[in-house]
Amino acid sequence: MDNLCSLTLKEAIELAKKDSAQPILDAFAKRAEALNPRVNAFLRFNASDINLPLTAERLPLAGVPISIKDNICIDGREVTCASKILAKHVPPYDATVIEKLKNAGATLFGQCNMDEFAFGSSCETSAFGPCRNPWDLERVPGGSSGGCAASVAADMTLAALGSDTGGSIRQPAALCGVVGVKPTYGRVSRYGLIAFGSSFDQIGPLTKTVEDAAILMNILCGHDPKDSTSSPEKVPDFTQALKRDVKGLRIGLPKEYFIEGIDPEVEKSVRQAAEIYKKLGAEIKMISLPHTEHSVAVYYIVAVAEASSNLGRFDGVEYGLRVPSKDLREMYFETRDQGFGQEAKRRILLGTFVLSAGYYEAYYLKGQKVRTLIRQDFERAFKEVDVILSPTSPTAAFKIGEKAADPIAMYLSDIFTIPANLAGIPAMSLPCGFKKVTVTNSDSHQGCELPIGLQLMARPFDESTMLRAAYSFEQETGIYKKKPKL
Amino acid sequence: MQYEPVIGLEVHVQLKTKSKLFCSCATMFGAEGNRNTCPVCLGWPGSLPVLNEVALKLGIRVGLALNCKVAERLKFDRKNYFYPDLPKAYQISQFDMPVNGRGWLDVETKGGQAPFSEEKKKVPVPFITKRIGITRAHLEEDAGKLLHEGIADGSLVDYNRGGIPLLEIVSEPDIRSPQEAYDYLTALKAILQYIEVSDCDMEKGSLRCDANVSVRPVGQEKFGTKVEIKNLNSFKMVQKAIQYEITRQTEAIGDGETIVQETRLWNDAKGTTFSMRSKEEAHDYRYFPEPDLVPFTLSRETVEEIRKTLPELPLERAKRFIKEYGISEYDAYVLTQERKLAEYFEACLKGQILGKEDLSLSAKLASNWIQTELLAMLNAKNIAIEDCSISPQALAGLIRLVEQGTLSGKTAKDVLQEMAATGKAAEVIVKEKGLTQVSDTGLIEKAVEKAIAANPTAVAEFKAGKQKALGALVGAVMKETGGKANPKVLNEILLKNLSK
Amino acid sequence: MEINIEKISELARLNLKPEEKHKLAQDLGAILEYVKKLDVLDTKDVEPTSHVLNMENVFRADEAKPTDAARKALQHAPETEGSFFKVPKVVQR
Repeated sequence: MDNLCSLTLKEAIELAKKDSAQPILDAFAKRAEALNPRVNAFLRFNASDINLPLTAERLPLAGVPISIKDNICIDGREVTCASKILAKHVPPYDATVIEKLKNAGATLFGQCNMDEFAFGSSCETSAFGPCRNPWDLERVPGGSSGGCAASVAADMTLAALGSDTGGSIRQPAALCGVVGVKPTYGRVSRYGLIAFGSSFDQIGPLTKTVEDAAILMNILCGHDPKDSTSSPEKVPDFTQALKRDVKGLRIGLPKEYFIEGIDPEVEKSVRQAAEIYKKLGAEIKMISLPHTEHSVAVYYIVAVAEASSNLGRFDGVEYGLRVPSKDLREMYFETRDQGFGQEAKRRILLGTFVLSAGYYEAYYLKGQKVRTLIRQDFERAFKEVDVILSPTSPTAAFKIGEKAADPIAMYLSDIFTIPANLAGIPAMSLPCGFKKVTVTNSDSHQGCELPIGLQLMARPFDESTMLRAAYSFEQETGIYKKKPKL
Repeated sequence: MQYEPVIGLEVHVQLKTKSKLFCSCATMFGAEGNRNTCPVCLGWPGSLPVLNEVALKLGIRVGLALNCKVAERLKFDRKNYFYPDLPKAYQISQFDMPVNGRGWLDVETKGGQAPFSEEKKKVPVPFITKRIGITRAHLEEDAGKLLHEGIADGSLVDYNRGGIPLLEIVSEPDIRSPQEAYDYLTALKAILQYIEVSDCDMEKGSLRCDANVSVRPVGQEKFGTKVEIKNLNSFKMVQKAIQYEITRQTEAIGDGETIVQETRLWNDAKGTTFSMRSKEEAHDYRYFPEPDLVPFTLSRETVEEIRKTLPELPLERAKRFIKEYGISEYDAYVLTQERKLAEYFEACLKGQILGKEDLSLSAKLASNWIQTELLAMLNAKNIAIEDCSISPQALAGLIRLVEQGTLSGKTAKDVLQEMAATGKAAEVIVKEKGLTQVSDTGLIEKAVEKAIAANPTAVAEFKAGKQKALGALVGAVMKETGGKANPKVLNEILLKNLSK
Repeated sequence: MEINIEKISELARLNLKPEEKHKLAQDLGAILEYVKKLDVLDTKDVEPTSHVLNMENVFRADEAKPTDAARKALQHAPETEGSFFKVPKVVQR
C-alpha cells in the first residue's frame, strides 16, 4: 500500500483516472494514522471512511488527497490556525482556493499543523504541539507551513496548500526537502485565508515535484472578485512552461545573500546549483540587492502591524474561545490572554506599538518607505537578470528548542525569503542537496541527511520562467527522488 | 465677560444603497436580527472587503452638492478599537485621503444669537445667508447595534446595520448659535434628500449627529476646550443640548472651573448633558492604510458625469421661486425645504389655477393652500407629501373653483377633506353634493328683495347706521339660497338695494 | 528602547501576568533596537509602499444577495439569545 503514497501528484491523478482514487485515499489514511503520532503534521485528517464523489475521476484532480494548512477556511470543518483562541472554530464558508480545489475534484485530506497564526519559522509555536521534521524527528520542519512540508516529505499526503507571508511556504519546503511555491502577490485569492500580514500573504502549493506544483498552480491561480487585491492578470498553463531548457536564461546571484552566518554547506550546495545552471547553458551573473539587510526589520514592522490589527477580531464575541467573565472588558482581556500564545502576544504588542500615536512615523511609515527601496532593488535587478537564485534558508533544519528563546535569531532565519514578500514577487524553493549530520536520538544512532533548499525568484507574474528554471534543475539532478526514512 | 459659543457638527448619513459598503448583504431596515449578514460584515476570519461602487458615487454626489473638493485619489484606512458592535475590532474608514475635502454649505438662518426659546412667533424674520465650512466628508462602514434593554445579564448584538455605508460630514467650527446649528442641519438634510442619497430618517438612524461645543470670550481668537455631545436623536435635541452646554460651560468658566475635553451624552428627559466616562479612556485608533482594499483614482470625467446628474438644490430653487413666481422669501424657503413639496408646488402651478398672466397670483394662492390647508391636513394624519392622495392638479382644480367664485373658502376646506378621503376631483364632489355657490345675480336679487321685504326692522336699523343689522339680512338671504349664495355677490347686491 | 508595556497591552486588550510583562517588554525592546537600524537609510523622498501591486479602482456592483452565514455563525457562537450574539454587560468605567 505504501507505494501508492510515494506517487507524485501527477502519477496519482493518472492512476485515479484510470481506476479510482479510493485505494489512494485509503493508503494515505493508513499511512497518516501510522505516522502522524510521530510527525504531528496534521491537526486533523480524514480517516479511511472518506466518501469519494462518483464523478471525481472525471475532474482534473480525480479525487486524490490534498492537505490544507490550518489557516484556510473550509465550510463546516474546524479551522484553528493552531491557536487555542480558535479551537473548535467552524467557518461558515469555503475559501476561494478550497472552492477551486473542490471544483477540480480534490479530496480535502489533512489539516496541517503550523505556527500559531503563522507566527514562526519552526512550527514550535503551535498550540497543539510542534510538528517534527521527517528527516530527523528531533528537528523542526520549518514554518510556519511546517505541517504541510512535513506531510508532503513523509508521503502522508500528495500535496498541500500552505501560506507564505515571509517565507512560510519556502523555508519549511527547504527544511523538509520538498518543492514550495509562493506565487506573485495577487495571483491567488486570499479570500478565506485567515490573515496574518494582509499585504504579504499568499497561498501556494507544497509538492513533491515542480510539475506537481505547476498542476496545482493551474488550479489555484486566477482573479477572484471577492478579493480586491486579486490580480486580473491572465494565467498561463504553467505545465506548458515545464521544459528542460535554460539556455540563455540570465540568472543572478545576489552578493548580499552569501553572508556571514550562512551554513558553509548550504552555501556550497547553492553555488554548485549555480554551476549546474551554467552547465545547462544559463548565464550566471553576480548582482546586488543592496537593501537586503534591512528586509527583516521592515518585515517585523509592517507585517506585524497588519497582524496586530488582523488579530483584533479574536475577542470572544462571535466565535472561538470565550473565557466566561463578569463584564465585557474582562472578557476581552481574559479571552485574549488565555487564547494567544507567547509569540502571538509578542507580535500583537509589537504591531500595536509601531502603529501607536507618536511612533507611527518613526516605525510604520519608515518601514513602508524602506519597503519601497527593497522593491526598487528588485526592479533594477530584473533589468539585468530573469531569475534570481539564492539559498532559501541560511541553515538546514535546526533542533527543536534551539532558537525558541531568541526571537531575533528566529526572525533572521527568514532573511532570504522575506524580500520576495516585501516586493510581492514570485519565489519558490526546491531541494538542491543534503547536509550530513549525526543523529543522537533514541530511534537511531546513524548519521542522517538534512535537505538544503534552493530559492528562485522571478519578475511579478513570471512564475512560468521560475518554474521552467526549477524544472530544468530538478530533472537534471533528480534530487527530489530521495526520501526520508521513517 | 461675554462668551460666544463655537460649534462644529459631525453628521453621519446612511447612503441609500441596495447592498452594504463592502459586501453583498441587504441594507433594508427592520430585518430579523443578524439576517442581513455574511462572513464579511460579521468580520469572520479570512473574509475580505470589496467596495460598493454606488456607495462611492453617492459619496461623491454629496461632496459635489456641498461644494467639496472631490479627491483625485482616495484610500481607506483601518480605525482600530474594541467594541462588540465592531466585529473586526477595526472600522474601515478614511483617514488622510477622504473622498471629499473642503467645501461649504450656505445656510439660510435667522441668524446670530437669537435663542430658540424666543422663536415662538410665526412672523417671518428676514433670513441671512451664512456660509458654514465643510472640513471633509468621508466614507466609512457603520457598526452593528447593541441591545441592552430588558437583558439583565448582558447585551445582545445585531450586525444587520454593520457595514452599511455611511458618509461622515464634518463641519468647520463655524456655527455660532443653537439656531444656526438647527438651520445648518435642516439645510443639510434638505440637500441630502434633494440629491436622493439618503432617507435621512433620524428615527431609523439613517441620519445621526454629534456636536462639538466650546465657548470663548468674545473677541478671543483661540478656541476654548471642546466637548463632544452624543446621543442626539433629533434636530431639536441638537439645539437644546447645544444651548444647555453653552450655558453649562459659560457658568463653569464664570465659577473659575476649567472645561475638560470629554464626551457627554444628552439626556432628553432631564434636559441635561452628562459625562460619558469619569476617566476619559485614552483613544489611540492606530489608523493605517487598509491593506485589503486598493486605492481609488477618480477621473475628472467620472466626477463631471456625477455632477451632471445633480438636481437643482434647495437654495437655488428658493431663489428661482422668488424670481419666477414672485412669492415671498419665507414662502420660498418653506416650500423648498423638501424636494417633494417643492415639486408638488410647481406641479400645482402647472395645473392652471388662473390664466398665464396671473402666474404670480396663482403662485401665492397655491403657496397658501399648500402651507395652510394641505400640510396641516397631512401633518395631522402624519402623511408625507409624496404619499398625498390629492394630486397637485386636483388641488389646482379646487383652488380654481374658489377663485371662480363657485366655491366659498369655507366649503372648499370641506371639499379638500372629501378629496383626500375619496380621491375624487373637486368638481365631482361639488356636483354630487350640490355645493356649487350661487353667483347668479338674478337669483340672489330675488332673495335679497324677499329678505328686505320680510325684515323691515333690520332695514330700518341699518339705515339708522347700525352696521350689525346687516348680518340679519345676510342670514336671511343665505337661508333663502340654502347657504349657497356667493357672499361677495350677495353683499354687493344687498348694499345696492339698501341704498335705493 | 523603553516601551510603555502597560499602555500597549491595554490597547491590545492583553492581560499580561507580571513575569510575562517583564519578558515581553524586554523582547520588544530588543526587537525595536534591531529595527532601529533602518534609521541609517535616508527615506525623505521615498514614497511608502502600502500595496505591492499597482492596482486601483476595484469595485463590486451594488447588488444584494442573501446568505445563510448568520444561521451557521450563530450555531457556533460562544453565546446567543434568539437570533443575536450575546456578550457580558458592557460596564461603563
